[in-house]
Amino acid sequence: MSAGGGSLLWAEGVTKVFGGLVAVDGVSFEIPTGSIVSIIGPNGAGKTTFFNMLTGLYKPTTGRIFFDGAETTRKRPDVISSLGVARTFQNIRLFATMSATENVMVGQHSRMRAGLFGSILRFPRVRREERAVRERAEETLAFVGLAPIRHEEPVANLSYGDQRRVEIARALASNPRLLLLDEPTAGMNPQESARLTAFMERLRDERELTILLIEHDMQVIMNVSERITVLDHGEKISEGPPEQVRADERVVEAYLGKREP
Amino acid sequence: MSAFAKLKADRRLARGTAVGVIALAGAFPLFFDSLATQLDTAIYVLAYVCMALGLNIVVGFAGLLDIGYVAFYAIGAYSVGWLASDHFTGIGGDSGVHLAASEFASSLSGIHLNFLLILLAAMVIAAVLGALIGLPTLRLRGDYIAIVTLAFGEIVGRIALNGDSVSISGYALTNGQQAIAPVDQPYLPLVGYEFDSAFNLRPYYWTGLLLVLFTLFVNFRLRDSRLGRAWIAVREDEVAAASMGVPLVRTKLLAYAAGAALGGVAGAFLGAYTAAINSNQFQFSFSIFVLAMVILGGLGSIWGVVAGAVALATIDRYLIPEVFNDAPSLLGLDFKLTQLSFGIFGFLLVLMMVLRPEGLFPERRRRLELAEGVGAAGGMGVGEESVHEART
Repeated sequence: MSAGGGSLLWAEGVTKVFGGLVAVDGVSFEIPTGSIVSIIGPNGAGKTTFFNMLTGLYKPTTGRIFFDGAETTRKRPDVISSLGVARTFQNIRLFATMSATENVMVGQHSRMRAGLFGSILRFPRVRREERAVRERAEETLAFVGLAPIRHEEPVANLSYGDQRRVEIARALASNPRLLLLDEPTAGMNPQESARLTAFMERLRDERELTILLIEHDMQVIMNVSERITVLDHGEKISEGPPEQVRADERVVEAYLGKREP
Repeated sequence: MSAFAKLKADRRLARGTAVGVIALAGAFPLFFDSLATQLDTAIYVLAYVCMALGLNIVVGFAGLLDIGYVAFYAIGAYSVGWLASDHFTGIGGDSGVHLAASEFASSLSGIHLNFLLILLAAMVIAAVLGALIGLPTLRLRGDYIAIVTLAFGEIVGRIALNGDSVSISGYALTNGQQAIAPVDQPYLPLVGYEFDSAFNLRPYYWTGLLLVLFTLFVNFRLRDSRLGRAWIAVREDEVAAASMGVPLVRTKLLAYAAGAALGGVAGAFLGAYTAAINSNQFQFSFSIFVLAMVILGGLGSIWGVVAGAVALATIDRYLIPEVFNDAPSLLGLDFKLTQLSFGIFGFLLVLMMVLRPEGLFPERRRRLELAEGVGAAGGMGVGEESVHEART
């Protein structure tokens, strides 16, 4: 097999059934390398379920998923993460009692090598690795704009916005190639959303990241995405550049209902 | 003072206190007669501290509620029973199998390995058993893990009890309540020194203290490592941990194995000290006893767990049976305080839960969790099902 030319991630007829509910129904999907693409759709459309299949938290009922040319369909989440897929969660899922730095250090787990005995005996190699990982965590936190004074603070004490920052830093720390953001602007005001939009573009351009976004904020979506995929009741109903999707009759229908004839 | 500077100062203070406490602990036996009851108590206390610290890795760090920990005490003790006694008389001919054993033990039949080798063997065997017991719990969480571990603890206890009728090529597995005895006293081959609990308990005490220091070292090193962070991450949020690249199966099994290894080594030490490996020692209540030490001290807090173990072990082995045992008769009541041991422990635990639910010296993290009601936040983005799928 070979993934469609220039695509970093490639899903083929992915379906997920929970009991009698078809949450995602035969969705095929591609993310071109170096782009920012979005998935939108009404609540319950299957966006997050689709996300969870891409990251290995759910196993697809049928269909296949490829990342960077290699099949990841039934791989464990930690394996997919170590291949270079990082994510954030819709409801922030930080390790609440750990400090911001520690959270970001966990994000680098798959990039580290220290094992049980290495950790106990703390060989020079382990010590160096530990220091490097801590430094990288501090750098990444600075990059996402968390004030240094908050780095050692347990994340539960941080403000909502700062927690979002730490979550993005934790995802970035593993040096991923694909970043999945699940409603990153939820709960943000327009200024903060605009700042995040600019930040995503910076990630794409400076860090050569490919970004997949689930969003409800149309302002953000239309500004940042090169391509939008629309899900409704688990099915892909539209796909294309923002202008095209915005004009699509079926999308309007999915969000607002059928127009009276 | 900045948070970081404060952290540094705290750390220096903690280190100073630790050195002081260890020095005092080292000098402790010199204040007592070499066969004093207090020394006997202290030896048990030290062994229990090791076990509590081992369990702390599983329950405190990784958040896996293990209530079958007695299994590792048993396996450690039986390592001594099997490998340092005449239980297997006939193996290796009339002379037996000996490896760096004392002169006296070398004259006996059966298997007689050196005590230090047995400590190592006990660690390895217990670690393997710990990982095996962990396997069926991998797809479970919380209370369900407790039930599985409880069952395994019981299985090991039953095997110990009825092992006298289990015969493997003519040798009974355990001797049950008849006990495997006597067991060789520890022997240090290079110095040529053999312990003798009939004359001097101090060497046992110092050995126990060394084991505690070793266990503390392992606990601290692991906590502040890649693995320790992974354990805490798994405890806080499994789904997020897996998504960040933490392999759940491996991480949890390592917690079980590391915790079990420390329980095994403490069990071997205690087995050698009591010199009789009796199945009565390995009952379910012991698992709860060790768990109570961890909870009393503060889940996940290393010094707290040490304090909890010292407190409970001292009450159990000294205050109740030696000091206050006759107190009821002074009040004109006709019973011994030892008959109320479990009631007293239950009462203490309830009292703790009411007055200080986070433990004597809570972990910084836990303190926060209880004070502000934060903690393992189950997000709604990923349902329970994902947790099961993610683990396969």
